[in-house]
Amino acid sequence: MNWGYLASQLFQTALAIATAPLLLGWVSQCRAWLQNRSGPGVLQPYRVLFKLLQKDAVIAHNASWLFRLAPYVVFACMVLAVSIVPLVATDLPFALAADVIALVGLLALARVFMALAAMDVGTAFGSLGARREMLIACLAEPALLMVFFTPALISQSTELTVIVDQLAHRELRLYPSMAFAAVAFLMVLLAENARIPVDNPTTHLELTMVHEAMLLEYSARHLALMEWAHALKLMTYAAIGIALFAPWGIAAAGEWLMFPLAVGVLAAKLALGGAGLALLETVSAKMRIFRVPEFLGMAFMLAVLGMLTWILVQA
Amino acid sequence: MLSLQIILAVAIYWIALGVAGLALRCTREAHARLFFSLGAAGSLVLAVAAFPALSDWPQTLVLPLGLPDLPFHLRLDPLSAFFLLLLGAASTGVSLHSAGYFQKGGGGDIRLVCLQYHVFLAAMVMVLLADDGYLFMVAWESMALASYFLVTTDHRHAEIRSAGLLYLVVAHIGAVAILLCFGVLQLGTWDYTFAAMRDNALSPGWAGVAFLLALFGFGAKAGFLPVHVWLPEAHPAAPSPVSALMSGVMLKTAIYGLLRVSFDLLHLQIWWWGVVALSVGLLTAFYGVAFAAVQTDMKRLLAWSSIENIGIVLAGIGLTLTFHAYDMSLLSAFALAATLYHCLNHALFKSLLFLATGSVMHATRQRSLGKLGGLIRRMPWVAAMALIGTLAIAGLPPLNGFASEWMLLQAFLLTPGLPNSYLNMFVPVATAAVALVVALAGYVMVKFYGVVFLGLPREESLAEAHDAGAFERLGLGWLALWCVVLGVTPVFVVAALDPIAQMLVGATLRNMLGQSSWIFLTAIQPEHASYGPMVFLLVIVGVMAATFLVVRRFYHGRMRRSAPWDCGFLGLNARMQDSAEGFGQPIKQIFEPFFRIERHHPSPFDRAPRYASKLEDNLWYWLYLPIVRLAERLAGLVAVLHHGRIALYLVYSFVTLLLLLVLMT
Repeated sequence: MNWGYLASQLFQTALAIATAPLLLGWVSQCRAWLQNRSGPGVLQPYRVLFKLLQKDAVIAHNASWLFRLAPYVVFACMVLAVSIVPLVATDLPFALAADVIALVGLLALARVFMALAAMDVGTAFGSLGARREMLIACLAEPALLMVFFTPALISQSTELTVIVDQLAHRELRLYPSMAFAAVAFLMVLLAENARIPVDNPTTHLELTMVHEAMLLEYSARHLALMEWAHALKLMTYAAIGIALFAPWGIAAAGEWLMFPLAVGVLAAKLALGGAGLALLETVSAKMRIFRVPEFLGMAFMLAVLGMLTWILVQA
Repeated sequence: MLSLQIILAVAIYWIALGVAGLALRCTREAHARLFFSLGAAGSLVLAVAAFPALSDWPQTLVLPLGLPDLPFHLRLDPLSAFFLLLLGAASTGVSLHSAGYFQKGGGGDIRLVCLQYHVFLAAMVMVLLADDGYLFMVAWESMALASYFLVTTDHRHAEIRSAGLLYLVVAHIGAVAILLCFGVLQLGTWDYTFAAMRDNALSPGWAGVAFLLALFGFGAKAGFLPVHVWLPEAHPAAPSPVSALMSGVMLKTAIYGLLRVSFDLLHLQIWWWGVVALSVGLLTAFYGVAFAAVQTDMKRLLAWSSIENIGIVLAGIGLTLTFHAYDMSLLSAFALAATLYHCLNHALFKSLLFLATGSVMHATRQRSLGKLGGLIRRMPWVAAMALIGTLAIAGLPPLNGFASEWMLLQAFLLTPGLPNSYLNMFVPVATAAVALVVALAGYVMVKFYGVVFLGLPREESLAEAHDAGAFERLGLGWLALWCVVLGVTPVFVVAALDPIAQMLVGATLRNMLGQSSWIFLTAIQPEHASYGPMVFLLVIVGVMAATFLVVRRFYHGRMRRSAPWDCGFLGLNARMQDSAEGFGQPIKQIFEPFFRIERHHPSPFDRAPRYASKLEDNLWYWLYLPIVRLAERLAGLVAVLHHGRIALYLVYSFVTLLLLLVLMT
């Protein structure tokens, strides 16, 4: 294996792990500004993580080994997921290990462990959160797969790096199939990352929770890992969105001179995307849980339509 | 070279074992321990003997048994070797588990169970070895009868007897269709050896008839959509190791039969067969998973999940047929490898899960999901093994279920090159259906594992549950081991399946495998897609270990226990957890048109309010009950002739004779 590739891989993974909470902080900050609040600052997630790591873990009497194992599994899955997506460079060595289908499987693995851990303690809220999360996921996951399949058909590959290479170097014009896929992807992103309108990340009312309900029993280092993994998940999704729908400016592996530029471009795209996400969350209201299937069903249909459009008109 | 003889010897050994068990008198414990572990040794020998035959030339043998002039023809080729390997690998685990499971009472006489069990195994071997229609049907029927007796082991319960009867009836309707299929295949030569059938050149019309008969006949055994009804009844009725064998292995013999007829015996394939198989498969898969999500009995849930997996396998066969009909043999070989891989995986993880339910039932005497819970603390071994099975069947990397589903989805993505534009438009819909089924399977399995093993125990008696014994653990461990091993070594699996692809569709995947290292499985070409589960496993475990060390090194590992968060309500109890109904409720609501739901809501003025909801299969009402009513009406018409007076019957005979005389002259 070429050491240059490996170095660029490690650099990218480390960058993603380190900056994932920053993205979350940026989105919260933008939301605060849009709501005329001053906000806690973009570094707040780091402070929270640091505080949580200091504390003693408090876990329920009957929590089993699965409950304590799950944060590590979830965190490891997210680290691998973010390593697969090309952030600043293509030709990543890890990318060979997993294509987009495996990426979806990886996200599912993390989700299943989180849901199982939520059911482990046996409170009403835990199983409520797990059930809702699995409901959302079992509709969002096929939609995400279908979103991936359109670019996969275009580039004749399900490798993200190959897809990005292909998409970044093709003629710049509007592709209706990709437009359908982009809208569907945005809807899946909102659902999978527990954002408004599907879930409210800042809620304090147990009965309306989805993601938070699953984490109710976690504290200290376990909660820190779960929160960090959550930030990494948002980062992964943002990176996938950028890679599929705005891939310009990415560096090839080993081109060290291109790296600062690629990092700058990425930062700009993420900042823009984060602000857009905050705007979207500010102008929409959370929907009832049984409206979510319609929302995700629409995402699914749009994604299928995108694939059909490509097959029919090759555009 | 001697594989065929060894395999035959294993079959005879099993029958001898069953008969010897009948003769020997000893305690139930000793009997189960001795005979089932001896049976497991036979399974292991079978698997080891079948493995080299996977890449060997076909071996044949003629046994001078059966009717005069109708000797038994046996043949061992890569296809049958693969299914024998599957049988050996799965039944090793099942037999080991049985050695522990059948020690405890309940059900029928252990000696009879032991005989039927081993005859069942031997009959499956003969089905896979048969090389003429006659032996095939004899073995097929022995398999059906042996499994019928096993299903009705606990025959004192009326519902078990009726489940057994339903199974027997559907199995025989299927057998008739298979018999008719062989009748079409022999094309008037009256030679029922498979060798002769291979040489017959059927017209496309007759070939289509043969294919549809095979699809229906083998479908009745496998559980394809309209004839799936026996599965959710028979699996809960049977003892768990028997359910494991039936679901894990017997359903695969039907898949074997379908592959044998459609690719080996029939010399041409037509594209619409693929579309039919694909549509039926996807419908079956979706129907199965939707019903699995709303079940409240753990074995019934697994039975519906078997229907789902069989549907996925049939969709794979459909894709293989379509590619093959258009002479895209490389893609066809890829789809076939995915299909067979999924068969093997399903045999392993479904057996594992059925055995785990057996251990749970023994420990708790409960089968209903509403009365279980929290067993991970009382039964850590079974819980850990079942977790592996759950993750595998939910199609999560890096376990084996994901590897085959990955290949299948890749095969779908390769489809748009087909020269038929209508088919190409069908592909996104089919792919979407597969994606939806796979995601719903994850939902179902979280429900299964979460309700059985996690949370608080829903009944007080569960506090006395104990972990499984050594034999049961060994059986579960064997199957769980292979779920992991087959998951991380997909390249070896596909390489082992290559001779079958060469035999059935005439293309080799060797080029595809040669381009990649053993770590990465590729889909036809490395730039198209690759998947390296070993890297997955190593990175995940590595990151977990590193995170653990970093957190411990720089912070601390202090932990204390406390009561869970209850919103200050102070009255949370085990009944407030999600029940199986509760967990399945969203699916019930979203996919309501698929179910036939009867709800009884209490009115606000009820003194003793009761809420009841019954959920049934629509097909009973749309298909089966009308047929039953029709049969009853016909029987009623015929009954008009029955008066019970001898004079009248003599008149009937006289009229018949007269008619015959008139017609003959």
